[in-house]
Amino acid sequence: MTGGLDQLYGDLIVDHAERRVGAGLLEDPDVRSHQVNPTCGDEIWLDLAVDPERPDAVHIAWEGHGCLISQGSASMLAELLDGAPRAELPARIAAVREMLHSRGTIAGDEDVLGDAVALAGVSRYVARVKCAMLAWVALEDAVARLP
Amino acid sequence: MPIRERGPVTSPASTSATLGDAEVRALRADFPILAEHVGGHPLVYLDSGATAQQPLAVLDAVDDFVRHRNAAVHRGAHTLAAEATEEFEDARATVAAFVGARPEEIVWTTNATEAINIVAYGVSNASVGRGGAEARRFAIGPGDEIVATELEHHANLIPWQELAARTGASLRIVHLEDDGTLREDELASVIGERTRIVAVAHVSNVLGTVTPVERIVALAHAVGALVVLDACQSVPHRPVDVAALGVDFAAFSGHKMLGPTGVGVLWGRRELLDALPPVLTGGSMITTVSLESAEYLPAPQRFEAGTQKVAQAIGLAAAVRYLEAIGMERVREHEERLARRLLEGVSALPGMTVLGPPAGVDRGGLVSLVVDGVHAHDVGQYLDEAGIAVRVGHHCAQPLHRRFGVTATVRASTYLYTTEEEVDAFLDRLASVRSFFRVAR
Repeated sequence: MTGGLDQLYGDLIVDHAERRVGAGLLEDPDVRSHQVNPTCGDEIWLDLAVDPERPDAVHIAWEGHGCLISQGSASMLAELLDGAPRAELPARIAAVREMLHSRGTIAGDEDVLGDAVALAGVSRYVARVKCAMLAWVALEDAVARLP
Repeated sequence: MPIRERGPVTSPASTSATLGDAEVRALRADFPILAEHVGGHPLVYLDSGATAQQPLAVLDAVDDFVRHRNAAVHRGAHTLAAEATEEFEDARATVAAFVGARPEEIVWTTNATEAINIVAYGVSNASVGRGGAEARRFAIGPGDEIVATELEHHANLIPWQELAARTGASLRIVHLEDDGTLREDELASVIGERTRIVAVAHVSNVLGTVTPVERIVALAHAVGALVVLDACQSVPHRPVDVAALGVDFAAFSGHKMLGPTGVGVLWGRRELLDALPPVLTGGSMITTVSLESAEYLPAPQRFEAGTQKVAQAIGLAAAVRYLEAIGMERVREHEERLARRLLEGVSALPGMTVLGPPAGVDRGGLVSLVVDGVHAHDVGQYLDEAGIAVRVGHHCAQPLHRRFGVTATVRASTYLYTTEEEVDAFLDRLASVRSFFRVAR
């Protein structure tokens, strides 16, 4: 890849968009969030299920269609947070949002965001921030509605 | 004080039959923004279907008005108010003549969306008894049908969904053939005795399809239904005579035809506009007002409550004069040539699918396409990196996209200032998009 697009379409994002970690909805989720990006029609469904063995942890699965950014971001989210403690989720979502709205000024902490630090380059492309946020907004909505 | 003379609009001499390359290159100098660079690349603007760029003639007309004659219209008796009112009404006459209408049939709106909503809410008001006996012809209710088509922009679909929901009327849809044309059989079967309104686009903003307006008018009028035409993609790009088309209402936007944003037009046959109940009510649209009720002015003022977009209307009239100087038939031919080049160029690339009618049939100067394996947003980003501006997404036509099994498309749209070189730059860049995103090596 060449030019400024390198920042946007980093190898990790493209790789995740192909691997689609966590894709495939759960049979019996506790919560399902459906989010749409109204400008392009991209959609995501994100499921949360509390782990019966470890009630403080959640399983995450998703399905959707969209651009490389939205799909790669959803995969990164699932890889990072499937099985994570519920209590940690709001802070992770906040960290992604802060990075994505930073216009390139916040690189993101890999310990907190995992592969999702690769989304930092998206923050320079204001029109694409919504694409990267789509899965995280779905997670935020689902967490808020989790019993 | 007499109305001061205003300078003529400069535009290229329209001597030759077709709008040739040299003439297009020359007229591009009238559009300052076309000299911009994006990311170090010369701007290749292929998004005129969303919003067109404005020539100096428009910028100067607006500037000159605001600097020298700015005042509220249809109120006040000072010199500036009189000049502003005269220029505002001159603008109305200019736009009216451009589409074969009478000045009193031209209602200034904010945009085409508002124009269509004025009709829908006017019908709605008539349906609850507003507007007196003369408005009864518009009243609809349960058992009545509104007909729209599968290719409509949301602006010519949702107002009718809402009108149906408010009145109890049913919304019926004419679907599309695979080639993006309206299903002829459905036109004849869906438009029937219960039909009261038929809402249709003249030219599809996604497919470029030119709809058979005269046939639709014949079918609709045979059953006493009104035809509302979304002319947003036709009036800017080809000669349109609304009276000759025979439709009852038409809507178009200033910013898609070289004019400013914030001004659009609702055209309606005079007897219809004079009978349709107003939607926005307030100042400047009344004759007498008591504390209990009000009498309304005839059209167009009855639909122009409140302070008007005077500078924008004057800018739009300047745009119309610019287009007239070039000639709308030449604009249409130029875009037809570019559309053919686009269609043939895209078709020659592997892994690309074009939506809509093929080259060779009458169609708008735009092409929407899907790149196998690459989302439209990603294609748009890749083009933007090279300074090429296209529209990506559903173009406010989700049902149309669903019909073709896609969420989003890439649309390249042309105008009179678009060059063959720009089309080729788009095609060149598009040729490498699949390898860039690793779906082809």
